[in-house]
Amino acid sequence: MTTATLGTAAAPWRTLLRARETPVLVVLVAVVVGTSLANPRFVSRQGIRDLLLAVSFIALMAIGQTFVIVMRHVDLSVGSTLGLASYVGVVAMRNLPGVPLLWLLLACSAVGLAVGLVNGVLVAKLKLPALVVTLGTLYVVRGIQGIVVASKRVNASALPESVVDLGIRSFLGLPYLMWVVIVAALVAAPIARYTRFGRDLYAMGSNPDAAQLVGIRVSTRTIGAFMISGLCAGLSGALFLARFGGTDVNAGMGVELSVVAACVIGGVFIFGGSGSPFGAVVGALLLKVIATALPALKIKEFWQDAIIGALIIAAISVDRIAVVRADRKRRLESRR
Amino acid sequence: MTGSVAVPRPSAVTPLAAWRRLGSWDVLLFVLVVCMFVFGDAVTEDVRTSATAFNTLRNVTEIMLIALAMTMLIISGEIDLSVGSAVGLSSCVVGKAFESGLPMWQCAVLGVVSGTMGGALNGFLVTRVGLQSLAVTIGTLALFRGLGSVLLGNNTVSQFPQGWVSFGYSEKLFGFLPKTWLIVVPAILLFTVLLRYAKTGHAVYAIGLNNEAARYSGLQVRRIKFALFVVTGAMAGLGGVLFTLRTASASPTAVRGLELSVIAAVLFGGVSIFGGKGGLFGVASAVLFLGLSLRILVLAGVKPNVLTVVTGGLLLVSVVGPAVAARLRAHPLFSRSAGRAERESHSAQTMLPDSERL
Repeated sequence: MTTATLGTAAAPWRTLLRARETPVLVVLVAVVVGTSLANPRFVSRQGIRDLLLAVSFIALMAIGQTFVIVMRHVDLSVGSTLGLASYVGVVAMRNLPGVPLLWLLLACSAVGLAVGLVNGVLVAKLKLPALVVTLGTLYVVRGIQGIVVASKRVNASALPESVVDLGIRSFLGLPYLMWVVIVAALVAAPIARYTRFGRDLYAMGSNPDAAQLVGIRVSTRTIGAFMISGLCAGLSGALFLARFGGTDVNAGMGVELSVVAACVIGGVFIFGGSGSPFGAVVGALLLKVIATALPALKIKEFWQDAIIGALIIAAISVDRIAVVRADRKRRLESRR
Repeated sequence: MTGSVAVPRPSAVTPLAAWRRLGSWDVLLFVLVVCMFVFGDAVTEDVRTSATAFNTLRNVTEIMLIALAMTMLIISGEIDLSVGSAVGLSSCVVGKAFESGLPMWQCAVLGVVSGTMGGALNGFLVTRVGLQSLAVTIGTLALFRGLGSVLLGNNTVSQFPQGWVSFGYSEKLFGFLPKTWLIVVPAILLFTVLLRYAKTGHAVYAIGLNNEAARYSGLQVRRIKFALFVVTGAMAGLGGVLFTLRTASASPTAVRGLELSVIAAVLFGGVSIFGGKGGLFGVASAVLFLGLSLRILVLAGVKPNVLTVVTGGLLLVSVVGPAVAARLRAHPLFSRSAGRAERESHSAQTMLPDSERL
């Protein structure tokens, strides 16, 4: 399963062909081409811009989530972390002097890192299942958000101009928010692929017991990965704020499903050990493209959740079948 | 996974031994519920009334029904995150069927059937395709929710027949027992007998303690797990019907986060997330505890947002508590049973209890 992430000896084009991300990319292109043939207005300048804006914060969270899923855990608390971070960011900007944007990013990161730390410590030190822990923190953080935000609603007029600009302006034809995602992916991908920290995560996901035995500091790595996921979720709170020009008590509700779906669809193996931040971004793109393609194809938007669910199930089934086949092949070869 | 010491212990499920081992926590929880009810007046007014009892019981109807099945599922080492969406889907099916003019009893049957089919899908994907229940049910969580909104769109169906609605909402027996509990009470008894005294129940514990050993000793592990998923789905479907009657409306957005309450109650009731341990008395007490504490907070005028924190916190406490306790027991200061505690915490290493490793 790790050919895609290690692939050193094979020729570059073969590596590319066998990469887990390739089929997703092909599907993505196929959906875009197909939809735009059926409805030429689908690829309008404005349409693409909206799509990229909508995908930005999901993609950023999916980049962080990748680090957690490759070590065979999951982080469901990202949606509520986004919500809380976006509001705390607003409060920080209002009450602290100086450059508002800086305070926003700092506050959002702080919230994210704190939630990530709690998740990581509970999972790593107490050996609890990440699913249950993060389901718990999801609701605790959501509740805190509810108490802090209550019925208050932040509008674009209450935000500093620099933040609103961030959500509007473009650079080289791409919205600023998408540049943030690209930079994040460019930072995250080498960390996952080449650093010791990253390789340890893959090892832990492939075989937790073996990882422990070869001396990987499992708990430190686990806490680190959860903090990365939290950091990304917190920062997407800032993106969310810029994208929607505000926040309220419902911010980030249910987003965790899209994030996990983006990772799984983008080739991050749900049982750990393989996948890349780049794939997660492609997965997020595919999800959003499908969601926006529905109205363009005159399918009701109510199908969106059902399609996300079906895609998750399809993606993990395909993975499973591939694993079973590879297993059988290996067994046959070893018999020979 | 680990599987070094986990041999099915038949003694673990005979009533006497189960009583001795789990009794303290079960009984403590139940006593706590009773105390909360009796002395709740100290916190806020109007706790010790038949109205409180009635409201509490009515509000936990679906949670109780689903928790019964979920208990068996988690003991067997699996989990179902899709129950909340399954309740929503069932509610939407009832609404859609009623909208298209079917008689109410047929709508109710269709609701239960939809849940059962959803459970069968989960079971098929887990036991036949060989996927992990966590991943599968995250997928079906989105799928069922989506199907619900496909069925009803932005509509909300109401105007259900008065007789059915008052059965779900207001009718009571002995002044405190909701009439819907004519279904819930037999279900509790049935599941208790099934889990404690029937062969099936013993098999469920055996599977949860060691999946492989259970399989090699001749248990139809896949068939039993499939059945558990189907039953869980059916209970969610039934819960959806009762929820629809109780709220007198069906809409795709009505049910959110029910799976949290169910899983929180099951784990708080003493069921181990790693499988193989727990009982229904504790779970039923935990459901009542959850319902009553939320009710008291509502009576005390606490905002709904705080209630979310309480439920989430309960879930965290119920998984963190035993882990911390095991750690403490393993500590030299408290080391009378250090060996056992160490083994227990050792068997808690991967994300899911019995990952049939890929």
